[in-house]
Amino acid sequence: MALLEANNITKVFGGLTAVNDVTLTIEQGNIVSVIGPNGAGKTTFFNILTGIYKPDTGGVLFNGQTITGLRPDQIAALGMRRTFQNIRLFPNMTVLENVLVGMHTHLHAPFWNILLRNRSLRLEEGKARDTSRDLLRFVGLDEKRDNLAKNLPYGDQRRLEIARALAGDPKLILLDEPTAGMNPNETVEATHLIRRLRDERGVTVVLIEHDMRLVMSISERISVLDYGTKIAEGDGQVIRSNPRVIEAYLGKAAGHHG
Amino acid sequence: MAKNPPHTPETGLWNQLNAWMTKGPAGYTFLSLYTLITSALLITNPRTSLFTDIVFVLFLLLILAIYRSRVALGFKIALAVVALGFVLPYFGTLNPYYIDVATQAGIFATLAMGLNVVVGFAGLLDLGYVAFYAVGAYLWSIFSTDQIGNMISGATPVGAGWFYLFIIIGLVVGGVFGVMLGLPVLRLRGDYLAIVTLGFGEVIRVLAVNLDKPVNITNGAQGIKDIERPPLFFAPALKALGFNLDNNQLYQIFFYFMVLVVVLITMLVVSRLKNSRIGRAWTAIREDETAAIAQGIPLVRMKLMAFAVGASFAGAMGVIFASKQLFINPPTFDLLRSISILSMVILGGLGNIPGVILGAVLVTLLNIQILPRIAEVLRSAKDAGLPIPQSFDPTQYQRLLFGLLMILMMIFRPEGILPEDRRRQELHDHDDDPVEVSTS
Repeated sequence: MALLEANNITKVFGGLTAVNDVTLTIEQGNIVSVIGPNGAGKTTFFNILTGIYKPDTGGVLFNGQTITGLRPDQIAALGMRRTFQNIRLFPNMTVLENVLVGMHTHLHAPFWNILLRNRSLRLEEGKARDTSRDLLRFVGLDEKRDNLAKNLPYGDQRRLEIARALAGDPKLILLDEPTAGMNPNETVEATHLIRRLRDERGVTVVLIEHDMRLVMSISERISVLDYGTKIAEGDGQVIRSNPRVIEAYLGKAAGHHG
Repeated sequence: MAKNPPHTPETGLWNQLNAWMTKGPAGYTFLSLYTLITSALLITNPRTSLFTDIVFVLFLLLILAIYRSRVALGFKIALAVVALGFVLPYFGTLNPYYIDVATQAGIFATLAMGLNVVVGFAGLLDLGYVAFYAVGAYLWSIFSTDQIGNMISGATPVGAGWFYLFIIIGLVVGGVFGVMLGLPVLRLRGDYLAIVTLGFGEVIRVLAVNLDKPVNITNGAQGIKDIERPPLFFAPALKALGFNLDNNQLYQIFFYFMVLVVVLITMLVVSRLKNSRIGRAWTAIREDETAAIAQGIPLVRMKLMAFAVGASFAGAMGVIFASKQLFINPPTFDLLRSISILSMVILGGLGNIPGVILGAVLVTLLNIQILPRIAEVLRSAKDAGLPIPQSFDPTQYQRLLFGLLMILMMIFRPEGILPEDRRRQELHDHDDDPVEVSTS
């Protein structure tokens, strides 16, 4: 069974069809890329999957359950987490606290236990901290756990966002341009980290990305969106040689200069 | 955000002095002497005067000095108990004015901590907070006086002993009103939220003014008088100990301790919430709503919880306040009061519990003690022949001074007097050295 099935998703804003009848199936344990020129509807598609937008038509099945119409926090609680194109950390919280917030759906201490600070609460908090530290070690940020998130260098902020997403123990993680604004060195590290997400943590990864080298090197499958429509799908080899994909990218370049 | 000044103990005379006096043998000696001298001065000069005022403020600042010092926790607690548990109430039997100031400071400290949950933790600007305070106050006022008979013909007031239960009821009803305010403003942020909460505060006040007909619930603009006070169960015990106090003094002390206990409970509750999944969720919402939702935080529930928790403290304190004042009327709960509580929160240090308490104490002292005293001193100076124009009446300028202080504070220390100190509250590693984690 596929982990995620998006069936015939359409989303119209005013007169603009941002996503047009897109169907996408993601198998458990894959790394899948969604690529396409700017404005192709990739982020809108992510926002539909995570529940920020409701699709006009079509539906999303996640882990065998219909999630269309659920609130974003409910979808997150089911095990689908994301990062944002322009990093959205909690800037005035520490690195550790950011990850602890990511664990919110796994902490269940009732109100009274918090007020009494009893044994079961202290146990839960202690465990949460240990798990968070593990995740920070996984992305290499444990040393900086007491820094405020806003004071981290750019690359670290990206990694922290991934650690925070992992804190929800997700089945699926959606990365929206995880290497945007990174230098080649940082991109290599990020690529390595994304692969480890799947290999060491068993998380299925979907990413939106512009860096073709990264996309080709780590994705098992690639889907190409253009003007809201899926124009191609397959592995790197197939995509590279697809005339419609080449046209979409060259056309975009020509259009921008016009 | 303004940055904290870097913590460099070895530079500057003040810092050196500070470092030397707040720990080690010097710290213990300094704090003990401080307590001893201010206490002695207070008790030997109980008459209301400028001098006693100054000593009283210094005495209250002792608590801050204790809090900021680095001596053993047991010693800190012992000193605080001596100062707040014995010296201050005893001084109160000599001069009721000062213990009333302290009680009011405590009341506002609780209100400020409650508002801080909404504004400081969850980042929801609330300009109508005093409404919840009014709800609690009216609740006890109506049920404990003949007013209940005006509302429901034939009903008789509840007994004085119900006071304690009504604190709990005030807590719950305050929370319910918090949710009532929260529901319509869930989608609003920032300025829009502020305007709606401001409106809510006014609605409650106007209801208090006008709900004297068709059914007389609040007794309108005349307010409610002869509000019931709880029985003085401890009076015989004090008498047996040799304290011969009249009822007024006993109530002064009673309410002082009552408020002190509520302040301590509030501190405990608020700080525990802050360092829990709930507090972190609130902060996350304040920092970035969209990102918070993406972590699975249910926005609606968390915001309503912040409104409810914040409001419940005001509801409970309202009950105590009404009972202490004996009389309440609608102007007690006007917009200025909400603004005043908000200024305590911001002046003290938005989000930081000790800061908020300090802000509440300072603003209360300023409003009911220091500024009136300055005005009085100026007036007597004028009468003594100082060249101040006849038409200038210093008492009229108290609010101006207060406003100026606010402006200066916000220009020179916008983060508040005691801002949140994230380095120190970090959880696992309680290093004793104030190691500076680079913060910029």
